[in-house]
Amino acid sequence: MIKILTQSTQFKEIKDFFEEIGQISLFTTRFFREAVNPPVEWKELFRQCYIIGNQSLFLVTVTGFIMGLVLTLQVRPTMLEFGAESYMPSMVGISIIREIGPMITALICAGKIGSSMGAELGSMKVTEQIDAMEVSGTNPFKYLVVTRVLACTLMLPLLVIAADTVGLLGSFFIEYTKGAVTPVLFFNKVFMTIEFGDLLPSTIKSFFFGLVIGIVGCYKGYTSKKGTAGVGTAANSAVVVASLMVFLVDLIAVLAADIFYDL
Amino acid sequence: MIKPTNILSNHPKIEKGKALIEIRDVQKSFGDNHVLRGFNLDLYEKENLVIVGKSGSGKSVLIKCFVRLVEMDSGSVKVLGKEISELGQKELDELRTEVGFLFQGSALYDSMTVRENLEFPLRRHPDKLRGEKVEDLVIEALESVGLAHAIDLMPAELSGGMKRRIALARTIILRPKIILYDEPTSGLDPITSKEIIQLILDIQQKYNTASLIITHDMDCARVISNRMVILRDGINYAEGTYAELVQLKDPKVQAFFK
Ligand SMILES: Nc1ncnc2c1ncn2[C@@H]1O[C@H](COP(=O)(O)OP(=O)(O)O)[C@@H](O)[C@H]1O
Ligand SMILES: [Mg+2]
Repeated sequence: MIKILTQSTQFKEIKDFFEEIGQISLFTTRFFREAVNPPVEWKELFRQCYIIGNQSLFLVTVTGFIMGLVLTLQVRPTMLEFGAESYMPSMVGISIIREIGPMITALICAGKIGSSMGAELGSMKVTEQIDAMEVSGTNPFKYLVVTRVLACTLMLPLLVIAADTVGLLGSFFIEYTKGAVTPVLFFNKVFMTIEFGDLLPSTIKSFFFGLVIGIVGCYKGYTSKKGTAGVGTAANSAVVVASLMVFLVDLIAVLAADIFYDL
Repeated sequence: MIKPTNILSNHPKIEKGKALIEIRDVQKSFGDNHVLRGFNLDLYEKENLVIVGKSGSGKSVLIKCFVRLVEMDSGSVKVLGKEISELGQKELDELRTEVGFLFQGSALYDSMTVRENLEFPLRRHPDKLRGEKVEDLVIEALESVGLAHAIDLMPAELSGGMKRRIALARTIILRPKIILYDEPTSGLDPITSKEIIQLILDIQQKYNTASLIITHDMDCARVISNRMVILRDGINYAEGTYAELVQLKDPKVQAFFK
C-alpha cells in the first residue's frame, strides 16, 4: 500500500512541492544572511534598480491607467443607480490604492522581472559564468542574488506608486468626461478618504511582493539545471511560482491587516 | 604568425620540480554515478600536464574539485601546500586568485564589455594590482592574447576563438601560479585551435605558470604536453609522456591514439 502510494506521480509531485518550499526557505535565509554581511555591491545594486524600473515602468503605467479607466466605467452605472455618484472618487481611490495598484504591479513584475531574472541567472549558470565569478574569488550570491532581490524589493513600492497615480488619473479621465468633475474636487475627495491606515499596509505589502518576486526569480535562475532547456524552465517556473506567491502574500497581508484593525 | 614546425614539435620531458597540486585518492559520486573512484596525481612547477579522457569521464568534475567548485566526497587535494577542504571562505578566495581557470565555454560575463570582464577580478583583489593601474594591466593582458583592439566590445560581438582568448586574458590578469584549462580547444576550428594552443604555450613561457590541460583532442595533447594522464574508470589509468603512452600495448590506452 505504502509502496503504491510512494510510487504514484501525485505523491512525487507533492514531495517535490514540499522539497521546493524547503529549498526556497534555505535560499531566503541565505539571502538575509549575506545581505547584512558587508560589503554591499552598490554599483550593481543601482544598476539593477535602474534595469528593473526601466523594464517595467512603461508596462506598469499603461496597465495601471487602463485599470483606472475600466474600474470606473464598470462601477459608475451601479453607483449612479444608487445616487452615490459623489462617492466615486473615494471608492475608486480606495480600491486602487489598497488592492488594484499593488496587485497589478506585482503581477506585471512577476512576469517581467521574474522571468528575466530566471533567464539571466539561468543562462549565467549553464554557461559557467557563476562558476567563473566564484573562482575569481568573488561571492556570486552576493554580487548577483543579493543585489537583484534588494533592487526588486526597493523598486516595487515605487512602481506601485506610479501605478496608483496613473490609475487615479485614468479614473479621473472617465469622471471628467462623463460626470464633469473638476480635478481639484476629484483629488480632494480621493485624498480625504485615503488614510494612513490604507497607505501603510499597501506599502508594506509592496515590499513583500518585491521580495518574493526577487527571491523566486533568482532562486529559479541560480539553481537552474544544466543545458539550454534548463534556462527556459527556470524562466517559466519563475513566473508561475512568483505569481502564485504574490496572491499568497496578498491574502496573508489582507488577513494580517484585518486582524490588526480589529484589535 | 604561427610556424608549422614550431607547433608540430613535441616538448621534451622536463625535470620534476616542486609539486604545486597534490591529489590523493579523490572520490566523487553523483547518486549511483561513481565519477571519480580514487584519483591520484601531482602537478609540478612549470610543466604542461594534459589529462585526456572520453567525454563524460569526469574530467571537468575532477578539475572543479581542485578549486572547490565541486566538493569531493573523500580524498585530499593540496594546492600550493594548502589542503583545500580545510580552508575558510576567505582563505579559499585568496587561494583561488593563485589558480586560473579557463572554462570550456569561455564563460565571459555577457552583460559586461571586454574591459569590464577583465577589470572584474582586479577590482575585487586590489592587492593584486602590484602597484600598477587597472587600465594598464587590462591592456597588457589583452596585448598578451593579441586582442587589444577588442577592449570595448561586448562578448556577443566576439567569435568563438576571440572569446577563448579574452577568457584567457581574464584568467592571467591576476598572475596565477597555476592555470587549469577545461577543453581549451573544444568547439573551435582546427586553425583557431592551433592558435589557442600556441597562445597557451606563449603564456606559459611569459608568466612561468604550471598548466593542467583537460582535453580529448589528441593533437592538442601531443603538441602541448610534457606529461600526460589518461582518466578512465574514475582513476589515473595511465601516465607518461605522449611518446611513452603511444607505445603502450594496453587496448584501453591504444583506443585514445586511434
Ligand atoms: N552537478 C552534477 N550533478 C550530477 N551529475 C553530474 C554533475 N556534474 C557532472 N555530472 C556527471 O559526472 C560525469 C562526468 O561529467 P564531466 O566531468 O562533465 O565529464 P567530462 O569528462 O566530459 O568533462 C557525467 O556523467 C555527468 O553526468
Ligand atoms: Mg567537461
